[in-house]
Amino acid sequence: MTARYHAPFAAQGSHSIDADIANRLLMVALSQGGDYADLFFEYSVSGSYVYDEQILKSAQRAVSMGLGVRVMKGDATGYAYCEDFSLDVMKHAADTAARIAAGGQPVAPIKVSIRDTPSRYPVSLESLDVDGEAKKAILERADRAARASEPRVIRVDASFAESVREILIANSLGHMARDRQPLIRFGVRVIAEEDGNRQSGSSGGGGRLGLEYFEDRTPEWHAEQAVQQALVMLDAREAPAGEMDVVLAPGDSGILLHEAVGHGLEADFNRKKTSNYTDQLGQRVASELCTVVDDASLRGSRGSINVDDEGQLPSRSVLIEAGVLRGYMQDLHSAEFFKTSPDGHGRRQSFRSHPMPRMTNTMLLGGTDAPEDVIRSVTRGVYAKKFGGGQVDISNGDFVFSLTEGYLIEDGKVTAPLKGVNLIGNGPESMRKVVMLGHDFEVSDGIWTCGKEGQSVPVGVGCPTIKIASMTVGGTQMAGR
Amino acid sequence: MITAEEEAETLLELGSSVMERAVEAGADVAEVGVHSGSHLSVKVRMGKPELVEEAGSRALGLRVMVGQRVASTYTSDLSESGQRSLIEDALELARLSEADPFAGPPDASDLSSKSQWKDLDTFDEAVSGISADEALHRALEGERAAFDFDPRIRNSEGASFTRARGMSALVTSGGFVGSDFGTYASIVVNPVADDEGGKKRSGYHWSAARHYADLEESRAVGEEAARRTVAQLGSRKLPTQELPVVFDRDAARSILGLFAGCVLGGSVWRKSSYLVDRVGTRVASDLVDIVDDPLLPRAPGSRAFDGEGLLSRRNVVVESGVLKNYLMDTYSARKLRLKSTGSASRSPSGGISASSSNLILKASTRSRDEVIADTEHGLYVTGMMGFGFNAVTGDFSRGASGFLIEDGKLSHPVSEVTISLNLDQILQRIDAVANDLDQRTAIASPTFRVSSMTLAGS
Repeated sequence: MTARYHAPFAAQGSHSIDADIANRLLMVALSQGGDYADLFFEYSVSGSYVYDEQILKSAQRAVSMGLGVRVMKGDATGYAYCEDFSLDVMKHAADTAARIAAGGQPVAPIKVSIRDTPSRYPVSLESLDVDGEAKKAILERADRAARASEPRVIRVDASFAESVREILIANSLGHMARDRQPLIRFGVRVIAEEDGNRQSGSSGGGGRLGLEYFEDRTPEWHAEQAVQQALVMLDAREAPAGEMDVVLAPGDSGILLHEAVGHGLEADFNRKKTSNYTDQLGQRVASELCTVVDDASLRGSRGSINVDDEGQLPSRSVLIEAGVLRGYMQDLHSAEFFKTSPDGHGRRQSFRSHPMPRMTNTMLLGGTDAPEDVIRSVTRGVYAKKFGGGQVDISNGDFVFSLTEGYLIEDGKVTAPLKGVNLIGNGPESMRKVVMLGHDFEVSDGIWTCGKEGQSVPVGVGCPTIKIASMTVGGTQMAGR
Repeated sequence: MITAEEEAETLLELGSSVMERAVEAGADVAEVGVHSGSHLSVKVRMGKPELVEEAGSRALGLRVMVGQRVASTYTSDLSESGQRSLIEDALELARLSEADPFAGPPDASDLSSKSQWKDLDTFDEAVSGISADEALHRALEGERAAFDFDPRIRNSEGASFTRARGMSALVTSGGFVGSDFGTYASIVVNPVADDEGGKKRSGYHWSAARHYADLEESRAVGEEAARRTVAQLGSRKLPTQELPVVFDRDAARSILGLFAGCVLGGSVWRKSSYLVDRVGTRVASDLVDIVDDPLLPRAPGSRAFDGEGLLSRRNVVVESGVLKNYLMDTYSARKLRLKSTGSASRSPSGGISASSSNLILKASTRSRDEVIADTEHGLYVTGMMGFGFNAVTGDFSRGASGFLIEDGKLSHPVSEVTISLNLDQILQRIDAVANDLDQRTAIASPTFRVSSMTLAGS
């Protein structure tokens, strides 16, 4: 590989870190009697390009690197980081983190050795190594396609973001692992105007992929999606308010699963007994149609990882099986509490943050219904096609989602587009009301970023067409008007 | 410990050196931001320490122009090779960009200098001196107070205490040299209570200040957090209806924040705001006055100069309901054929855009309780959820929780409902403003009432 950007701590780097140096730093970290310590080396490079008003208006690149040292004693964590890989500075960080265990006896870590990791990122040439002109051309194509298609389009902007994150983890359990995580994200946004009414539309995608992503999903295709969404919204009417049936489109709607169910199944909330799923393992928590998994192994998906940020190896975790709660998503700390094996969900935003249980690609698996039958079964309801985002109160499962594209369903047919639709409900209650599932499972194109306690990580979602019997739709139109 | 002045001097030297090297390497314009910061953050839960985190960091951001072509780079690698890549990458990217006729630094004659800057009292040495033990003690005290306040508080998401100090320096080839520093201390307490049907209710309260002495007592924060948590017990939906909505100051601030995004020059020239072409027209009821004031002493959003080096000034945004000004940086002002309002903000990675500083909806003389007492039937909103706002159209619909108001009094708690109305209408329907403004946040509003909104529930 002739990658232009390489971590200083890589084997050929200026501050190469091997098992010997890792062991020495772990000794310092455990010098005050900690139970556990880990080192998280990170080097990340990101680039972004903004195409606006028919020119490549700005280009940015950022390099961020450092070492985070964590020491645990019981439930307490000491954390420190540095942005310099010279031995003295790293030792100082290890020493600072070690203080959480002050007064204890030094402990010797198990000698670290490198772990084999899978290869889940089908990237032949990392985007950062591709000439900038190629990315400019992609953005230009999206811009041209959006403008050419429709005179009502008054503005177009397109953006492309690329990054590579190289990590090295070593912990006192003896694990050492390296990973190099590429990521791209493309987006196009348009504004259409008619008779003083303005509406926006957008489309985007990406993943742990190279520029070959655009062979399947061309910039022109995304431009067309964005334009169509804006035009549809020009005709949108006020959304109804009140309880009714809701049908969720495949793919993107998985974000509802992520919020309404996923967060409550992160093991830290259950260890602390602050999740509404606390102490419910083995119990029915959803309709028997529902099987929910979190799968880090999808090739090239935005949420996929070869190794988590604690050096553990994630695969496919079954969370809910035929409606029954089977497991939580664990990091090292919670796995010890639950006396189960860690399943690779320990993730962190960067070396500046400590890890916690996080999702990767969270999915509700497909069912047997034909999607058209699902819609036909609804007399009056809402068809949710594209989501802008959502939020959940983990302590009780209450959630809110906003739609960027939604339609009325009347007498079994999708009819008028709706503006300003929100869906509000409760995670476990909504999951019990899942009455039909399509056979059209899809993984959403890679655009989602999950925030928790101030830390952002890229995630994936997926689902089939889903019918939920009765949800609260937050619109402005009262029934009967 | 090195003093703030010494630290600022180091950052300025580094900034000048990188700026000069970028110009030598071929940049026609070079602007360098240097940031440094350190923090201590602790968290306790169930009476025990859970996290002690301590670190410092430094970073460089470079923005260059080659002709009218713009690029920016950022690095936390301050080594010689790190600085060299920062400069080389910036110039390479600038050559990839295309000429933007509106790009360019402000006129040199508009730049401010040290003698003009007000001392905004944003730095307190006492904050930097807070030890890990003291921070843990404050957090433990806050959590303890929540448990002591009400026996129904039996669990906790924890309590956190953070202290931070940050410095930044800006050096531009246009001739601006300036540095800025500030401190910040905060405490948050997050108790949890069990509700009926296996649901849990989580609530929180927090205090934050530039000066340690201005931080609320830990016990008071913990007690208020507990009060808010148990008040939600027994929450239920309401039937779908139209009704008056009173937003408490936290919820009101969130509404004001949406409005803030729509008065920024960048949103306006991109036509991504419902306030395009609205200067001089009514955008709120005549009870509403909104100012953006970067010159308030000790306030969270205060700045003596903006991200391009222009002198900060107080801008009237809305006067008696009429939109007076957008908030603009140099670029968005040029796009709108107006003058910068000194509202530029420079991100650490080098990008410049307009931002609000301390955006404040002016308080009236009525108390919050008077506003509630004056509402026969309505919803008192204390929390909102979700992202249901479209800036292009102003359409607003979000999840809400709070209390039913009956006969002028708070009645049972409410959750799992949404409230909807276009933001333009929300502000125009404000028919009461209270006097309970506080200065914890850069965007701040007192409690206000909207005469009618649609609530979607059961």
